[in-house]
Amino acid sequence: MKNRALTLYAFAYLAFLYVPVLVLPVFSFNNSEFIAFPLSGFTTRWYANLAGDSAMLHALGNSLKVGLVTSLLATMLGLSAAKAVTHYRLKGAGAALGFISLPLFVPDIVLGISLLLLLGAGGLPLSLAAVVLGHLLVCVPFALTVLVARFEGFDRNLEEASADLGENDWMTFRRVTFPLMLPGIVASLLLTFITSFDEFLIAYFLSGTEATLPVYIWGQLRFPARLPMVLALGALILTVSVALVMVAEYVRNLGVKKPMVGA
Amino acid sequence: MAVDRGRNLGKGYGLLAPTLVVMAMGLAAPLLLMLVTSLKSQNGISLTQDWTLAQYGAVLGRASYRSLFLRSVLISGAVTILTVALAYPIAYFVAFHARHKFVWLVALTIPFWTSYLLRVFAWKIILGFNGVINSALERLHLINQPLEFLLYNPFAVVVTLAHAWAAFAILPIYVSLEKIDRSLLEAAGDLGDSRLRRFLRVTLPLSMPGVIGAAILIFVPTTGDYVTPQLVGGAKGIMIANLIETQFNAVGNWPLGAALSLVSMAMVGAIALLFVASARAATKAAR
Repeated sequence: MKNRALTLYAFAYLAFLYVPVLVLPVFSFNNSEFIAFPLSGFTTRWYANLAGDSAMLHALGNSLKVGLVTSLLATMLGLSAAKAVTHYRLKGAGAALGFISLPLFVPDIVLGISLLLLLGAGGLPLSLAAVVLGHLLVCVPFALTVLVARFEGFDRNLEEASADLGENDWMTFRRVTFPLMLPGIVASLLLTFITSFDEFLIAYFLSGTEATLPVYIWGQLRFPARLPMVLALGALILTVSVALVMVAEYVRNLGVKKPMVGA
Repeated sequence: MAVDRGRNLGKGYGLLAPTLVVMAMGLAAPLLLMLVTSLKSQNGISLTQDWTLAQYGAVLGRASYRSLFLRSVLISGAVTILTVALAYPIAYFVAFHARHKFVWLVALTIPFWTSYLLRVFAWKIILGFNGVINSALERLHLINQPLEFLLYNPFAVVVTLAHAWAAFAILPIYVSLEKIDRSLLEAAGDLGDSRLRRFLRVTLPLSMPGVIGAAILIFVPTTGDYVTPQLVGGAKGIMIANLIETQFNAVGNWPLGAALSLVSMAMVGAIALLFVASARAATKAAR
């Protein structure tokens, strides 16, 4: 009896989560410039317009660049910091972890504005590089959390065995640490890429003339005539992200089995 | 487990150093600069040489700013409570009753894999004058005039944020429920506790870390949210981040903007710490 009520609630909650998001694909195929019911026929013209919008494609390119660089850097930094705090008994490791996690407790608007002040004081231009630095602040704590958790469930004897058998540090990393860490690394890359790709406020302050995709979308929201196209873009982002998560999940499972067989 | 000491410690610090350097450059230096800026005043387009507390006087002294701080905290407080309260039963359902846990977790997170901006914007479409709710009600002849109270107020901000941040409540609470040792629940049942008592005395206290984590994860960023109040808040639903943004763009008073940022950061930090401390104390007292 109680379970039935809970199950019912679960489906109602799913509806609450999905209905607003389904607005995007529904109106992206609606043959009208006005976002209102009743729907007025099926069209794919908004998607066709999207493909021909060079400003959107440029912003998409910028977001992909920033996302890739940010996720790689954040994961590399997270990997070395996670190894430092889990493998060595360092004095002040707790304080260092706290400092690295601090951006999680600072509102994005403060992060964005304080970096804007720094650029201003240093006479540096607004740029995608500045956006990457801003995104690193938000992404490194995520990467670190994911990777520390992975390192903690990691048998250090494997690394020692590799060293005892005569492998140098680099080969030990490549053949032992890296394969064992792969699921964590994939999760970290994915999480930080998505975070950077979707981040608006920091990029809004720091991107200058090189808009990232969210900054571009923000600019379009003011023009009612552009809305169906923006919704089409949102529906595409949703589809691609879901596909990406599925692929990552698949790769993660491969990553768990492969080193066992290969080693 | 063997832990390296002595000569190897250098290697450990070496591994930690790059991240600390990036954080010092990207976080510590800019915040320090923000503090310096907030202690100046604007003189045309440059800052004055003298130090002054004038900005803090303005931030704390003006009633309109104070009410904006209060409103921001009240809105995100409401968002936090609503989001956690709505998410707890679903996390409980997935942890204890769902047959296909993984499928449920994926289904619950898919809506978050699209642009944050567009998820927020979707609510503008739903609540708007010609929006989904109004046009549906009109077609059903339940109303003659579109309902105007749906959009551009604090209520719209709370609902939109509760939707946008749902995953940040579901996942931590689910993780803490999932960790609970099932034999404790059996023990409570064997010792004669009713289901409700078992929930209140075992499940709920043991899941408090997840609830506290979720509350912090939601409260801190939503207090400083800019997008949602800007899109669906209207004049009555504007929050502190919108005021800060205008100081840096439209108004161009950087010292005042810096002071507003630091005061709001300190306020959010103090409330979060106070909340964590009192929640922990309450959990201990309940056991």
